[in-house]
Amino acid sequence: MAAKASGPIKRTFTPWDDPSAKPFIQFENVTKRFGDFVAVDNLSLDIYEREFFSLLGPSGCGKTTLLRMLAGFEAPSEGRLLLEGQDISGVPPHRRPVNMMFQSYALFPHMSVEGNIAFGLKQDRMPKADIDARVAEMLRLTKLEPFAKRKPHQLSGGQRQRVALARSIAKQPKVLLLDEPLGALDRKLREETQFELMDLQQELGLTFVIVTHDQEEAMTVSDRIAVMDHGKLVQVASPAEIYEFPSSRYVADFIGDVNFMSGKVSAVTDGGVEIRDDTLSCSIAAHLENPGTKVGDDVWLAIRPEKMRISLDEPGDTATNCVSGEVWDIGYLGGVSVYHVKLANGNVVKSTVTNQTRLVERPIGWEDKVWLTWPHDAGVVLTA
Amino acid sequence: MTAPNAKPLIKSKFFVVFVPYLWLFLFFLAPFLIVLKISLSQTAIAMPPYLPTFDFSEGIGAAFSELKELSLDNYAFLFSDSLYIKSYLSSLQIALISTALLLAIGYPIAYGMARSPKAWRPTLVMLVILPFWTSFLIRVYAWIGILSREGLLNTFLVWTGLIDTPLTILSTNIAVYIGIVYSYLPFMVLPLYAALEKMDESLLEAASDLGCPPLKTFWVVTFPLSLPGVVAGCFLVFIPAVGEFVIPDLLGGSSTLMIGKTLWAEFFSNRDWPLASSVAVILLMILVIPIVFFQNAQQRQQERDS
Amino acid sequence: MKKGPSLFNVVSVTLGFAFLYLPIILLVIYSFNSGRNVAIWAGWSTKWYVAMVQNQQLLDAAWVTLRVGLLSATVATVLGTMAALTLVRHGRFMGRTLFSGMVYAPLVMPEVITGLSLLLLFVAINFDRGFWTVTIAHITFSLCFVAVVVQSRLVTFDRSMEEAAMDLGCPPFKTFFVITLPIILPAIIAGWMLAFTLSLDDLVIASFTTGPGATTLPMRIYSAVRLGVTPEINAVSTVLIAVVTVGVVAASLITKRQEAERQRAERLAGAAP
Repeated sequence: MAAKASGPIKRTFTPWDDPSAKPFIQFENVTKRFGDFVAVDNLSLDIYEREFFSLLGPSGCGKTTLLRMLAGFEAPSEGRLLLEGQDISGVPPHRRPVNMMFQSYALFPHMSVEGNIAFGLKQDRMPKADIDARVAEMLRLTKLEPFAKRKPHQLSGGQRQRVALARSIAKQPKVLLLDEPLGALDRKLREETQFELMDLQQELGLTFVIVTHDQEEAMTVSDRIAVMDHGKLVQVASPAEIYEFPSSRYVADFIGDVNFMSGKVSAVTDGGVEIRDDTLSCSIAAHLENPGTKVGDDVWLAIRPEKMRISLDEPGDTATNCVSGEVWDIGYLGGVSVYHVKLANGNVVKSTVTNQTRLVERPIGWEDKVWLTWPHDAGVVLTA
Repeated sequence: MTAPNAKPLIKSKFFVVFVPYLWLFLFFLAPFLIVLKISLSQTAIAMPPYLPTFDFSEGIGAAFSELKELSLDNYAFLFSDSLYIKSYLSSLQIALISTALLLAIGYPIAYGMARSPKAWRPTLVMLVILPFWTSFLIRVYAWIGILSREGLLNTFLVWTGLIDTPLTILSTNIAVYIGIVYSYLPFMVLPLYAALEKMDESLLEAASDLGCPPLKTFWVVTFPLSLPGVVAGCFLVFIPAVGEFVIPDLLGGSSTLMIGKTLWAEFFSNRDWPLASSVAVILLMILVIPIVFFQNAQQRQQERDS
Repeated sequence: MKKGPSLFNVVSVTLGFAFLYLPIILLVIYSFNSGRNVAIWAGWSTKWYVAMVQNQQLLDAAWVTLRVGLLSATVATVLGTMAALTLVRHGRFMGRTLFSGMVYAPLVMPEVITGLSLLLLFVAINFDRGFWTVTIAHITFSLCFVAVVVQSRLVTFDRSMEEAAMDLGCPPFKTFFVITLPIILPAIIAGWMLAFTLSLDDLVIASFTTGPGATTLPMRIYSAVRLGVTPEINAVSTVLIAVVTVGVVAASLITKRQEAERQRAERLAGAAP
């Protein structure tokens, strides 16, 4: 598995790599049409028990439709949807062991925090004492005890978010669906809440399926991410694999910052490839993950800016993996600085440098001539 | 803001507040005080047909001495004659039953409209408002031709063979109920529709997601959330219905007692202006609680919207 | 989950609209009845329209009604807009509760009370009753309806637009006329139309406050109805319904088209890179 290259990521939970593991949720060739518009296009996907699974993509890519099909608000036009091996396509939402946290939170404005949390439990005709105990536990878990009697409009955005969460987990659903759960929170609160969500998922041992358009959020919380585009899955993998080994330029560009260099394959060696582009002064040597690549193919090399080394001194070997240019722009972000370097062929390449010392004066300034180098294994060769 | 701009702003603000205030004070509030005063006066065969008239040309003193002529006689008369008490009670009863009927008929219509495809809704709303723009009198008149003994409804029912002899509907309280329900339906449907339409559909989905079946969702989520619309609609039809004149006059019979009709007869037929005034004062006193309640609800609604 | 209206919804809306429109449709159809009896169909005829046009009393009343309507609607729109501005824009001032009470109460006030009280006012101050008293009465109750319509628009008005104008150097008074007024204009026009039709409709208040020579059309229709149902009244009613329907439908089509154009423009702008 390629993920080894990405360093010491502690992960023991990888049921998707285990052929004997049974999927918890299965989409089998699911298509959803709204009139002429195809929201989900012949999609198949397995999600495993206790997984924290993210659906990531731009708006209109079909991720919310997928979630709403799981909840039962939309029925697939074609295909099957299985939960623990049972086809649930025809089961109405109120009979599904699945709960959803809505993007708008959808808190009942005429009920108190307690009333909202107890709502789902009352539908199951749970004894009053049990409901009270469960509501109290949820309030404690989400730190909402002081607000139990308040109405939703008397709460802050963060508190409302927690009520919505408490309400959706109160019934201990087999699957919790979260539709942009943190979208309405400000950045700082969002980051805190991300970790709270992860802890909660661990503690309760539930399966979470989350829809988000925020790639950082997806990277932080998920076991696996599904990147979607136009109703199709583009890549399904762990956050590290998605970042370090994107399957296409679309994924590479959607997650994080990336430089692309295009060219033609000039030679294929054992596990490596040489790429040439007439407008570049050097040739490009890189590892090859696509075994089918042949000499003469059009390919792209995707390199993350932090893997580009920037230097004022000319390196010893300028024939491979080394380009020079002029500093065009500098973005100072505090922790890191991003250098935009304009190459001789007019392309702009980005390099990120960690600001390890408190600089008064930058060692590299505007219009300096700089050299950019990168190791053979820094980039990914993409054919699409 | 710079100082030269501030001054005319304050002036124009004052003007904007003052003019409508003064107008409403003169032509809405002051007349009630006059009604109150005349309700305490005596009937006279003169023009104007009441005493005293407070002729200030004879000096303040003379006007002041006339003050002693005011009395509660008219009110005493109102309560001694069962006609008036019966009129008030029957008005309240008719308005109450009509309001209940309107709610029962209007709610499904408003609900259906709010659940209709988004593209249709403006058209449906316009179709509800349109009859309201056409003359009230004409709409009541239309029912005379339908409900009369030789009218279209009886002709139709006899033709279908459902009945042998024509029904007497016109000139009964049933005709009054039909008339009120028909004329006031837009006033009930529109606030209900407004409340139902702006309800977030994800609330219904959330209820369903948490295991609540559809019919129960209606009673625990939809209906409680539409209550502001229910309240607004009920007040909007109940209060004017109590004082309704045209409908009981044209569609009701001689046995239909409604206070608007009684007041009109007192004023135009008997020309007893003081008695008509005291009828109006009592009617207002009956309605003042619901009116204040309605006004508060309106104000709260406005504050919530802003 | 089922989307779209259920059978129950369709049936209730259809029945509701049938109930609202059937009487009006029947009334219009019977205005073309050649017989005198409204309930018996005796063939098509336009003779009642001819009779209506030749009825001088009716035409005089229509003329009075039109003048009262135009004048009272215009004044009521100005005053009602001011009242709406007061209600929405002025937080607290002396007598605010009284003021909002005076704006909302006429909406539900039984007409017999409004009519009687205004008449007694005019008698008390010895004001000759006629055209002007009816007009004043109509201004008074319709200004409240205008205020409510305009107010609902003002509540959603984004005040940062006014602040932007003033920030760019536009004085407050001018800001109102070049920024606020054009944006709330549709609501003001709707308010005017509402005031106009309310005046056109009113029977009770006009009956109280009118004097010699100022008989309005609803009063004429009312006295004719009291004498009995005739197709001539149906003809007059049909003409009134037609005028109002054309006006309201035209106005709503215009706003609808403007809205559609705005949305199309937004889509085009959104599609542009």
